[in-house]
Amino acid sequence: MALPSYTETRYRIWHYIYIAICTFVFFFLIAPLFVIFPLSFNAEEFLVFSEGMKNLDPDAFSLRWYKDMVYGTKNPWGLAAKNSFIIAIFATIGSIILGTLAALGLSSRHMPYKGLIMATLISPMIVPLIISGVAIFFFMAKAGLAATHTGIVLAHIILGTPFVVITVTATLSGFDHSVTRAAASLGSNPVNTFMKITLPLILPGVISGGLFAFVTSFDEVVVVLFLAGLENTTIPIQMWTGLREQLSPTILAVATCLILLSTLILVSAELLRRRSERLRGINR
Amino acid sequence: MSSETKQILTTDGIPLEVSLKKAEKKNKIRAFLLVAPLLLFLIITYIFPIGEMFMRSVDDRMVTNMLPKTFKAMEKWENLEELPSEEVYRAFYEDYKLLVENQQHGKLGQRLNKEKNGFNTITKKLFRQIKRKKIDESASLKEQINKIHKRWRNVEFWQAIKRTAPPYTAAKYLKGVDMYLAADGSIAQVDEDRRIHRILWLRTLEIAFFVTLFCFFMGYPIAHLLATLPMKYSNLLMICVLLPFWTSLLVRTASWMILLQQQGIVNDFFVMIGLVADDNRPEMMYNKVGTYVAMTQILLPFMVLPLYSVMKTISPSLMRAGKSLGGTPFVAFWKVYFPLTIPGIGAGCLLVFILAIGYYITPALVGGASGTLISNQIAFHMKTTLDWSFASAMGLMLLTGVLVIYWIYNKLVGVDNIKLG
Repeated sequence: MALPSYTETRYRIWHYIYIAICTFVFFFLIAPLFVIFPLSFNAEEFLVFSEGMKNLDPDAFSLRWYKDMVYGTKNPWGLAAKNSFIIAIFATIGSIILGTLAALGLSSRHMPYKGLIMATLISPMIVPLIISGVAIFFFMAKAGLAATHTGIVLAHIILGTPFVVITVTATLSGFDHSVTRAAASLGSNPVNTFMKITLPLILPGVISGGLFAFVTSFDEVVVVLFLAGLENTTIPIQMWTGLREQLSPTILAVATCLILLSTLILVSAELLRRRSERLRGINR
Repeated sequence: MSSETKQILTTDGIPLEVSLKKAEKKNKIRAFLLVAPLLLFLIITYIFPIGEMFMRSVDDRMVTNMLPKTFKAMEKWENLEELPSEEVYRAFYEDYKLLVENQQHGKLGQRLNKEKNGFNTITKKLFRQIKRKKIDESASLKEQINKIHKRWRNVEFWQAIKRTAPPYTAAKYLKGVDMYLAADGSIAQVDEDRRIHRILWLRTLEIAFFVTLFCFFMGYPIAHLLATLPMKYSNLLMICVLLPFWTSLLVRTASWMILLQQQGIVNDFFVMIGLVADDNRPEMMYNKVGTYVAMTQILLPFMVLPLYSVMKTISPSLMRAGKSLGGTPFVAFWKVYFPLTIPGIGAGCLLVFILAIGYYITPALVGGASGTLISNQIAFHMKTTLDWSFASAMGLMLLTGVLVIYWIYNKLVGVDNIKLG
């Protein structure tokens, strides 16, 4: 952002103020995440930087809390991680199937009451989570699914489908429908056309919607707090309990792992977005 | 020329119009069938339960079902300032005896106690008299019941029973805004020192408004920078926005809890630059400050992303044109660039506002007592007091507010224009 040489001094000053503000905001956004890294390697129990850490003394750092996270006898993280992954994977599969089908229907120009149906389908994203939590809890309690994995998976499908519907609808908006007609005219049946033609083209949208659904489920705590029993504890619930009771360095070790996971998801989402834009021929 | 000759026929002899309509209908059904599974699923597991919340919030049929004879007899009770007739007393006695036999009388006492303080005591006294078989059913029940406790002779308690007669009530909604139905049926305010809910509503609005404002003032410059920088730099900076966006909410809240604690880094920094004394570190967590700071950082990406997607479409030549026509950079920005970004501002602000107004986790962890919002109150009634009908009523009041905002959002921006990532 070099300024042209003829810029007047006062605009020059404004420009530097602008850059300073932007730097501050970027710092504000990203810096909090980086506090967690060093503190999770703290050899001591306190959540502050010890003198040893400030002097980069190797003895002040340790993997103690990571060991505690994995091997700690009283730690529920193993069960929580297992539950979280099982629930998130099934919720993602459910969201992808239901969401993609619905998006295909919604993108058809023959769809009646499109606006109303779209509003209904993405309502779980708009309604505050606490209200969704109360409503879903009432349903699951009545259906006898409270405190079961099935109940939580269904709840997360409700919360995850709007993301799939939105991303797949967006992918389909640039979709050239003549290719499916071409396939049909060449004698392909609808299922075959979908599997061979449509699906590969909309796949980036489906997967990125799936990533959203996965993260939503993996990170969801409000609804799970209403639904989960002791057996269905998840990582977010354990973190929530830990943060409420006592902030221990083990939580920071878990948090570090979660940041690494989200970095992985961010990279895949970015790659998918670019691939999708390339496939749809959007050039920037 | 007759109408038949005008008709175009397909090869199999059916009029083209009919054939097209048939195909159209088939396509409609096919599209609908694709949407149907998700729509049905959501209606059953989500939309109906929200309707059930409404039923639960206004439902007051418990008493209506418990005292059917009483309410029937009370229809004839005309002068409400005088004690009801023997008939009403007898009907109430019969209803209550049935409840005692089914061991439901405790629930009635508790419910009536909510309507009028002190009711539980006198229904328990009546219960004991019935258990000891001290009531002579052939004599006047009015005299006998009145003798049990002086409150039975107080007409206000009978009025309280009558008030519970309607099967539906708006009492929970009134309670949500610190009002109640007074004895004479009018709506009254609760005492000033007990108006906690109105404070919570106002605080929720205040926090949501200021968080939106902070997000806007912080998000606008960086969205602009991201949209105007060359791709290779902006992609790198975009990570600063997207990484927090994809990171667990609890992780981000945890990092703020570490930063803002009294011995935390922010306080260390303030001490270092001499802003505060080391022995007088300010409390920045468990109050409004913590809620503001953490929520702003957490919701900022939701402001930046819609702004960015709008700014990306604005051609830089427009600004150059504005400047070349004699505008200073400020005028060019204000008259040309800013108006073009208004759709993005609307989208970002409404998105952040809707999310902030229903926030629960972050305020509960860093908010303390003065930073909690309406959602925390709903959760409190769901989990601690178990007053589910009140929680439902408050939830629906919040939902109504959000839907109004959503409706405006839809009018201004269109739901289809929501962009993710």
